[in-house]
Amino acid sequence: MATRAEIDMRTRLQNWLPKLVLSPSLGMIFVFVYGFILFTVYVSFTDSRILPFVDKNGQTTYELIGFTNYEKLFKLSHWDIAVWNMAVFAGLYIIICTLIGLLLAILLDQKIRGEGLIRPIFLYPMALSFIVTGTAWKWMLDPGIGFENIMQSWGWVSFSFDWIKNRDFALYTVVLAAVWQSSGFTMAMFLAGLRGIDTEILKAAQMDGASNWNLYRRIIIPQLRPAFLSAFVILAHLAIKTFDLVIAMTGGGPGRATELPATFMYSYTFSRNQMGIGAASAVIMLMTIAAIMIPYLYSELKERKQ
Amino acid sequence: MGFLDIDNATKSYGAVEVLHKVDISVEEGEFLVLVGPSGCGKSTLLNMIAGLEEITSGEIRIKDQVMNGVHPSKRNIAMVFQSYALYPNMTVRGNISFGMEMHGIPKAERDRKIGEVAELLQIIPLLDRKPGQLSGGQRQRVAMGRALTRDPDVFLFDEPLSNLDAKLRVDMRTEIKKLHQNLGTTIVYVTHEQIEAMTLSTRIAVMNGGYVQQLGTPKDIYDTPANLFVATFMGSPSMNLLEVEIETAETGLRVSTTNAQGAPLHLTLDNPSDALRQFAGRKAVLGLRPEALTDAEGVDQRSVHIERFENTVSVVEPAGSDTFVTTVLGGKDCIARMRSDTPVSAGAPVTFAANMEKVVFFDPVSEARIP
Amino acid sequence: MSVASQDSGMRQGRVARVFIYLVLLLFGLFYLLPLYVMGVNSFKPLSEITGGGMMALPEVWTVEPWLKAWSTAQIGVEPTGLRPYFWNSISMVVPAVAISTVLGALNGYVLTKWRFRGDTILFGLMLFACFIPFQIVLIPMAAVLGTLGLAGTTAGLVLVHLVYGIGFSTLYFRNYYAVFPTELVRAAQIDGAGFFRIFWRILLPSSGPISVVCIIWQFTNIWNDFLFGASFASGGGAPMTVALNNLVQSSTGVKEYNVHFAGAILAALPTLLVYIVAGRYFVRGLMAGSVKG
Repeated sequence: MATRAEIDMRTRLQNWLPKLVLSPSLGMIFVFVYGFILFTVYVSFTDSRILPFVDKNGQTTYELIGFTNYEKLFKLSHWDIAVWNMAVFAGLYIIICTLIGLLLAILLDQKIRGEGLIRPIFLYPMALSFIVTGTAWKWMLDPGIGFENIMQSWGWVSFSFDWIKNRDFALYTVVLAAVWQSSGFTMAMFLAGLRGIDTEILKAAQMDGASNWNLYRRIIIPQLRPAFLSAFVILAHLAIKTFDLVIAMTGGGPGRATELPATFMYSYTFSRNQMGIGAASAVIMLMTIAAIMIPYLYSELKERKQ
Repeated sequence: MGFLDIDNATKSYGAVEVLHKVDISVEEGEFLVLVGPSGCGKSTLLNMIAGLEEITSGEIRIKDQVMNGVHPSKRNIAMVFQSYALYPNMTVRGNISFGMEMHGIPKAERDRKIGEVAELLQIIPLLDRKPGQLSGGQRQRVAMGRALTRDPDVFLFDEPLSNLDAKLRVDMRTEIKKLHQNLGTTIVYVTHEQIEAMTLSTRIAVMNGGYVQQLGTPKDIYDTPANLFVATFMGSPSMNLLEVEIETAETGLRVSTTNAQGAPLHLTLDNPSDALRQFAGRKAVLGLRPEALTDAEGVDQRSVHIERFENTVSVVEPAGSDTFVTTVLGGKDCIARMRSDTPVSAGAPVTFAANMEKVVFFDPVSEARIP
Repeated sequence: MSVASQDSGMRQGRVARVFIYLVLLLFGLFYLLPLYVMGVNSFKPLSEITGGGMMALPEVWTVEPWLKAWSTAQIGVEPTGLRPYFWNSISMVVPAVAISTVLGALNGYVLTKWRFRGDTILFGLMLFACFIPFQIVLIPMAAVLGTLGLAGTTAGLVLVHLVYGIGFSTLYFRNYYAVFPTELVRAAQIDGAGFFRIFWRILLPSSGPISVVCIIWQFTNIWNDFLFGASFASGGGAPMTVALNNLVQSSTGVKEYNVHFAGAILAALPTLLVYIVAGRYFVRGLMAGSVKG
């Protein structure tokens, strides 16, 4: 009869090793990401004000209060302003970045001499900290020493440019700085898309007599759909996370003119001792991002599987 | 009990069974080819023999040792991959030596083996190059060299020629066959090219849809295919298949079909089998290889039963050594293989000769061959 | 280079070409402007800036602002300059980048070459972790760091950046190894190499480019982080970005813009240098970060 070859310890260990190697990372992700998300959701249902959750006598410092924090949150004019500002900021930021990115990508794709020199110049802002960017723009836009002052010293005495100090316009200065930082990156995404288009299709279109304008409008830009989608998702997610830039440029001011959900959450949690409300606002932020990212990641992973 | 036994081996991914109770016994020194279209399960079966995929149920034994769950490196097998799988960061020497190194073979012994194998495969000048600097055929040799150093019980080949161009493929095919003849190792070879299966193997397993359709010598499989799938898959151009009526005639049976003009055409059958007699008055599928349908002079002279008939030619394709002539029988295109200098032209009638000894019949419902 | 550009290049008139270069040039100036402003003003005495000369080159060149920003400027309450915070950032970035890259490489290897049921879902969960707004973990993280006694320390920040960096490093290596031929791994298995040996001898020698991409990405991200630094280490353990913000926002005394600009360049210098040296890899990382490989 056939004998069974020994399945030794080493073979068995080999079968378990991959999962063993993966487990520390998975453990960390499950605790520090998903566990923490659940924890924050829990905090958002309590009346916690500050850390710690347990005092010296072992007594908990909070009570469960249901959806009260969310009700309070939506009644706060402060939150309203932050959400409205986010809508304006994100809308402008995404649209302007996309337009500039697409324009620059198309221009750069015209056999430009020195492309290797120009591209890095468009992209370097992405390597900088928002705090650095914010500092630079803050002083460049400052009416005391920035553009207003420069123009006046050059002789245009009536020139006025005080948007960063103006409640009605301060948000647009943040948009300006954010666009400066990310539009080069958007350009790179579109450029990669343009370079990925099958050149035979373009040859065929030219044989069909398509003009340059029609070539782009009818053939090339429609094929950039995946690049548009990626750009939208990445920009939307960056917009919702915007925090450092506002802190560095305006600190949320003047007044609440540049308050965004991220700065709102931070100040309610750490400076105003309203941790429950801070947690609730964080949950809302997460849900917004999840609504954009989950379908995107799902379709990306599914595509890859095939 | 053979040298390599595949005993009721089944493979499932979740609820989907992709390989159904495969049962093959390979003798020592045999060259078994697993052939079939992509997705038929042939590569899965090979990977199961190698230990790269688990067996869901059943057993695989090599030299009477059950291999289920045994690590690939402990099965005493060697494998040549479709992409050759040469480690890009190592030299040819490093590639060949890696497996021996992993098995703790001392350096002197490794060097001796490398020298031997390199000589056998004529790759000595390549030993210090990286795989990226080699041509397709050279890579193929190195991959075989790597496998050879192991003195394996069983050699596994996974479509090793499919990345080569047509001419090189034929050369390497001959070389693999030579290698088998010289070394006499047991080989299991996977391919989707029926011609490789025919030329290399001592036995062929034709697979489709996770089932072994037929297991037999190349001649068996070519002459008496077990079913319609095997009949169409093996041979190029593939077997002519006509739906015909089986009728009773004075001498026994005859088949009834139509010629290119739609007029009735009858071909008599000598000594029909009992099974075929059961089909009298019913439809059956007649199978005739192109080389059994020729011009009148080119017919196999040893055949004792030849049927001649005239029919209109629709297409003529000269292929150098032969001329392929298409004609319509029973409403379907049929290909005849004629001598290259046969005077035929499209649209004109010509006399065809059918070698009735080579005719096979299939049940139109079960698709199995009628014995 | 696409064919469209070759042909349209010939068809475009001279005017159009000039226009294209002009637009590109204007945008180039736009992108360079803040760097120029930071640069020139960090070498000026303060009076030149307040006098309306922000755009001009310095009349008097001075390195005083740099020295001040580096070693004597008031950060928070101490006149330490940015120097200690620079080292804080270095000692935070190095271990966090090293560990997250190693783990990411191993994870990518397992997720592509040792696949198992449900691995795609696990990867999806890791990937989503890259994109969460970090506000959602601030409160429990603060509590945990407090409990572990890591609040305000560099070790605490290393842990935080490690945890939230693994997702991206895994993404990079997974996408890279996904196109690495699996047959090589199988061949090595038959040759008798084990899990770690295959990784070490077969995959790692080909992983140079993606390791550079991953290291640069993690370095840039962690160095530039502000949220975690501000939340968990605002005192003496603060990283460079937080210290720079404290310097710029400090409301006491005269606003020394030239010192601020010098400080900003100091904070930007490491990532800027990396970008100049290995920008190609940084861009690859950015693109891979948009998931499409």
